[in-house]
Amino acid sequence: MSIDRRNFFKVLGVTGAGLAFGKQAQAEPAGEEETEFKAILYDSTRCVGCQSCEFSCAEVHNLPEPEDFPEVGVLRKTNENRRTVVNAYDTSKGEVYVKRQCMHCNQPACGAACLTQAMLKTKEGPVIWRENKCMGCRYCMISCPFDIPKFEYNSPNPKITKCNMCFERQQEGQLPACVENCPAEALVFGTRRELMAEARRRIVENPDAYYPHIYGENEAGGTSFLYLSPVPFEEIGFRTNIQNASYPALTKGFLYSVPAVFVLVPSVLLGIHKATKSNLDKTNNYD
Amino acid sequence: MTSSAFPLKKEKKSIGRFLLDELKPRGKWLTPFNIISIPVMLVGAAIIVIRFINGIGAVSNVTQDIPWGVWKGFNVITGVAFAGGAYILTFVVYVLKVDKFHSIVRVTVLNGFLAYVFYAGALVLDLGKPWNIFNPIIGNNFGANSVLFLVAWHFLLYIVAQAIEFSPAVAEWLNARRAHKILSGLTLGAVIFGITLSTLHQSGLGALFLMAREKIHPLWYSEFIPLLFLMSSVFAGLSMVIFEGSISERVFADQITSENRKQRKDIILSLSRICAFSIFVYLFMQILVFAHGHRWAYINTPMGYWFLLEMLGFVVAPMLLFLLSFKRANIRWARVAAVLTIVGIILNRLNVSIIAFRWDAAVHYVPSWMEIVVAVSIVFVEIWIFRWVINRMPVLRESPSWANNKHV
Repeated sequence: MSIDRRNFFKVLGVTGAGLAFGKQAQAEPAGEEETEFKAILYDSTRCVGCQSCEFSCAEVHNLPEPEDFPEVGVLRKTNENRRTVVNAYDTSKGEVYVKRQCMHCNQPACGAACLTQAMLKTKEGPVIWRENKCMGCRYCMISCPFDIPKFEYNSPNPKITKCNMCFERQQEGQLPACVENCPAEALVFGTRRELMAEARRRIVENPDAYYPHIYGENEAGGTSFLYLSPVPFEEIGFRTNIQNASYPALTKGFLYSVPAVFVLVPSVLLGIHKATKSNLDKTNNYD
Repeated sequence: MTSSAFPLKKEKKSIGRFLLDELKPRGKWLTPFNIISIPVMLVGAAIIVIRFINGIGAVSNVTQDIPWGVWKGFNVITGVAFAGGAYILTFVVYVLKVDKFHSIVRVTVLNGFLAYVFYAGALVLDLGKPWNIFNPIIGNNFGANSVLFLVAWHFLLYIVAQAIEFSPAVAEWLNARRAHKILSGLTLGAVIFGITLSTLHQSGLGALFLMAREKIHPLWYSEFIPLLFLMSSVFAGLSMVIFEGSISERVFADQITSENRKQRKDIILSLSRICAFSIFVYLFMQILVFAHGHRWAYINTPMGYWFLLEMLGFVVAPMLLFLLSFKRANIRWARVAAVLTIVGIILNRLNVSIIAFRWDAAVHYVPSWMEIVVAVSIVFVEIWIFRWVINRMPVLRESPSWANNKHV
């Protein structure tokens, strides 16, 4: 039997992992294989701006009902009492409605920022916030490229609020409230893989109706909220300077240097300290 | 020497009585500093109470777009840079064994220690749920891939390291000879550990902003923020040492021996030399980042002028003044340069964390008067504790004769 390079590394890797994780490593994959990131596809060519998503979201999360409506030239924003908004934009192809909420990044900046794992990317896809872990430092707000997490500044026991893709409803086998209540079928729920295929199919089958880009395919390293639009995305208020690599990757270099610094700096310092001692004069001890 | 202030040897007072006596204020009450600081601290305390009853929004102007205000940007991020003098001086004195800085190392470590304790305190005020502050330290809540997780742990460990570095002074104050011997033996370990922690969290405070790539104005954002923060903490800390030293010299004149007083000029000139060269390195790094990022296009804008003011007025100018001071052996220039540097560091840290952060936001953050009062109160409380310690423990004055080592 000949061992080629690839097989050799495979064996090495499996042995290494086996040694490191023991039984755990063998036990884990069975359950994980079936879980795929869930996602929502939003098609702004179908959206009629009826705000059903906003109303159902408010109802499900016990928030006040929205009192204003989408209007061209008015930028409505999500806030601590409103997790999703629909805005209207005047574009080269007429008026277009756009729903905004958390993008549920595949590798969320907020999750990497959180020092208590309060902000968590679940293995099902939604990015959720857990109250009992959060210390309210608001570093997630600093890090989120979409400015999504909001903070209850006027509460002595404040929460971070944002869309959680109705995680608790998903756990019970229900659809997210906005998807369930969308009368125009602008919102579709499914696995991210299925929805990517569906989005591509729509663009290919109807190239005149769509701008050929799926926002969220690569933005911020890929998101679990996918957007289709009839016009370029900057026309409907999207930030186009969002990087395609994931945001946590920006801190990787720094974090990787930490163990090295922890080994090297003390060694160097101790070396310098020893070097300052005279080898001959044992009586002259400075410390 | 005020060795008569240690009555433990003669009378058999209980340690409790001794501590109670020491807690009592000494000296004049109606000093200008007290007259200003007491009302400010009282108002600050009232504002803190309001903050915990009605939430942060009741006293602070922070917004959803700009969630960190002066409590984080000034007290924590700027304050830690100024506390950097402790790790530089302990490096010079205990690792390189440059003895001439010995007389100021203890006061600098005390300053650093108090700075960290109080800036961690400022952090508690700014946390929405401060009762969860121990989550990243205990339990299964380790957000180990967070820069803030690293910074939080380093703050905690560095406070311990600095407490150990300072502990011989406490032992001398309490006349605890055996403890003194043990604690002194720990100094070198604490110093090496502390320097390592400092390099990581000084840069870590910059690394906090790495993920805010599009949210910070390009003139202030680069992937080198951690290095720039680390480098600037060298001269920020030492400028603070010069500034604080020139005030202590007058306020605590009775504590400083005439021998130390003579050394002071030499120490300041040496420090200004380190400052000048480290500012030069920092400036060079800034120029590299600027040129490498092709940032000329931003210069002819309001933010560009603001950047130029920071760079020319508060980096280049103090560097030249520091050079001038040691060329002419004139410590007055060093003091002016130290003040300019301090202003420059405040500007830089506030620029990264607040002013250039979401500079394009529709509503920009301007701190409320209440936030500023609290921010200043925290500094005042720190100075009060600092004064209390200086007046009681051998920090500026010589150690008691039984502690034969010279401030080690």
